[in-house]
Amino acid sequence: MSGEIVNLTEIEKSFGGVQVLSKVSLSVKEGEICCLAGENGCGKSTLIKIISGVYSHDGGQIALNGRTYPRLNPIDSIREGIQVIYQDFSLFPNLTVAENLALSDQVESGRAIVSWERMRRIAGESLAMIGIEMDPDKTVEELPVSGKQLVAIARAVYCNARLIIMDEPTTTLTQKEIDSLFTLIRNLKEKGISTLFVSHKIREMLDITEKITIMRNGRVVAGGDTGEFDEIKITQAMTGRDIGGERFHWSGVDEEPLLRTEKLSRRGAFSDIDLTVRSGEIVGITGLLGSGRTELALALFGRSPADGGKIFRSGMEVVIRSIQDAMENGIAYVPEDRLTEGLFLEQSIERNLFANTYKKFERFAGLLDFKKIRAAADKAMDDYGIVSPDIALPVRSLSGGNQQRVVLARWMSTGAEVLILNGPTVGVDVGSKFEIHKKLREIAERGVGILIFSDDIQELIMNCNRILVIHKGRFTDELQSDCLKEHDLIDRLNAYR
Amino acid sequence: MDKILRKNEFWLFCILLLMAFIVGGSNDAFWSRTNLFSLFKSSVVMGIFALGVLLVIVSGGIDISFPAFAVFSFYITVKYLLYIKFTGPVVIPFAMSMAIGTLLGLMNAFLISTFKLIPLIVTLGTGSAVTGFLRAFVGTGTLSNLPQPLIDFSRWNIYTETLSDGSVIGFSGSFLILIALSLAVAFVLRRTTLGRGVYAMGGDLTAAVRAGLPVPKLYYFTYGLVGALAGTAGIVHCSLIRLANPRDLEGAEMEVIAAVVLGGASLTGGKGTVSGTILGVFLIVLIKGSLILVGIPTDWQKVAIGVVLITATALTAYRSSKGGR
Repeated sequence: MSGEIVNLTEIEKSFGGVQVLSKVSLSVKEGEICCLAGENGCGKSTLIKIISGVYSHDGGQIALNGRTYPRLNPIDSIREGIQVIYQDFSLFPNLTVAENLALSDQVESGRAIVSWERMRRIAGESLAMIGIEMDPDKTVEELPVSGKQLVAIARAVYCNARLIIMDEPTTTLTQKEIDSLFTLIRNLKEKGISTLFVSHKIREMLDITEKITIMRNGRVVAGGDTGEFDEIKITQAMTGRDIGGERFHWSGVDEEPLLRTEKLSRRGAFSDIDLTVRSGEIVGITGLLGSGRTELALALFGRSPADGGKIFRSGMEVVIRSIQDAMENGIAYVPEDRLTEGLFLEQSIERNLFANTYKKFERFAGLLDFKKIRAAADKAMDDYGIVSPDIALPVRSLSGGNQQRVVLARWMSTGAEVLILNGPTVGVDVGSKFEIHKKLREIAERGVGILIFSDDIQELIMNCNRILVIHKGRFTDELQSDCLKEHDLIDRLNAYR
Repeated sequence: MDKILRKNEFWLFCILLLMAFIVGGSNDAFWSRTNLFSLFKSSVVMGIFALGVLLVIVSGGIDISFPAFAVFSFYITVKYLLYIKFTGPVVIPFAMSMAIGTLLGLMNAFLISTFKLIPLIVTLGTGSAVTGFLRAFVGTGTLSNLPQPLIDFSRWNIYTETLSDGSVIGFSGSFLILIALSLAVAFVLRRTTLGRGVYAMGGDLTAAVRAGLPVPKLYYFTYGLVGALAGTAGIVHCSLIRLANPRDLEGAEMEVIAAVVLGGASLTGGKGTVSGTILGVFLIVLIKGSLILVGIPTDWQKVAIGVVLITATALTAYRSSKGGR
């Protein structure tokens, strides 16, 4: 018989009068692979913390392995076999793999003296339990992200896990690593170990899970066998909106392109790139990691300039050797990692919005016209749908989607005619993603030419009229997205692996 | 071989030898036993301090109150023992100074773990308060007539030799204390659950809490031990110089921290070894004690220590950023 490891009924939780969870029910059976889905701030994390005993619940019932807990604490939760793998893995970077795996056991067993042989033995056993081989004497900081994740999983399994809760486990993994993670999760299922997959990546939930529970605003809004769901249904449940599935069409005229390159090259990165972007077009560029994709984006923005070929802006040849050159020629760039490259996190929203354009607000002697800035900021917040109580708050306080909009608004305020985006929706939840795409289409309609570098195939197909595939530094395909099938493009890319 | 080359200790040892040959090459007096013995003797106090600082740095914290604690411990011990005209075994003053140091260390731990305060601020505060308290309530006078057992201790040599000019030199027995304490601290850090816990909390405090480590206990253990070592170093120091001066050791914290960092401990926590620390101490002592032999004026010692510290840590950082690939 397969018992229920977790059974939550009508859980209630509030913080300082704000209801965070209301009537949330969830159950995970032995050997089941479940998914808890929802956008950021929907209450997923709070629910996990209740299951792991970090937070206490205000109402409802918690039963673990059939035993009801009126007040669950972390120790009980671990004893019942609940293990949470947090996004940061909670490992010790400075210690060896063996020690990371065996330390909890060492502490629990009450031994005062450490036996390194025993530690290595435990490490060997726990790695064997998940069928992984690894040098136990390596320090964890030397491992790639996927390796750290394996150590975290091995540790959980060794602690007699019956249910492993993985918080956004695929965020920083490559496709190959995701595939092997999924194989591992299925192997664990064979051993009767359940997985609760917490994610907002829809394709992955459909791939791996058997049961889906979708939350929104602290409530369960949909749930059931994964077979009953498809991408659109999940998106609707997660966002509560009818997210349109209409593809982008370009209906401009074939005039002189806003941006054109001729045999653009950079040694060791890309060569002979012929690219055109016309007014109102959204052009997608995709390719595997290391294909020269990012290098091309950076060259067009002058950050690491090309060393051969020509660039034309509206028919005029221009030289782009620096970011200043690019900006003067009306080219704007929204970087991939907006957190480290694009934003001053501790600075206010307003300062971030106008970081490149303060000159516009000078009155005399270089003094700034704060009234004008305030008005412009309010307008930008409105135009780009940035939600925040105050523009004086630091950008750090915004959600990922809102941060992305700030970057977008900033660059558009420079009056750029060509907008280059690198991975515009990486790490952004579904709702914000939709908003950003909508915004991009609006910007394109105003006549701006947009170039999106991305590996999100669906994003490209839905929002670009043309898609270029780059491999080993050269364009290999040019596809019209009108009737392009998603898996066609995926297959093409996979062929290059 | 590759493993040895990647070890920080190996490079430190090379630098140490190199320095010794440079100094020894330009002045033969460096290799005289008088000089060598005195170098070993001067590394004892700094070495004991450094062991404590190593612990606290590995735990991810910092302590700058230890010189103040050391002075507090030895001064009160000496003053009290003079008052009762103590003549018993030398273990008593040691135990007493160590106990006072431990109590002061536990006070640091209490403040840090209970109020979640930053160790730098806490130890800055307690160091200053303890110094002030000592001078205001206990005394400001220098005590130069130490109890006899401490004087005997300072004369304890494990090896003596009469030079041709008739003077007698010896290798101070206090060095044995440094060796014993080094071995003990190395054992604690390497082979005990508490020691590994100190590394773990220095690596990632949140993860340590989640892994079920007794974090408050680790704070008391670490800072208590630092206090105990400071108390010990204090009493050794005052016996060796045969003077209990309440204004002693001011500014010693910087040199000791420099030695520990030079020895490869990471100020961000979680990394550091006893062997590296001891080599770091030797290096600083060598620079301090020998530059005069090469004809470099004493004022330049501080410059030299600064340069060596920055160069050595820059090299380590550079190597580890390369080695990470």
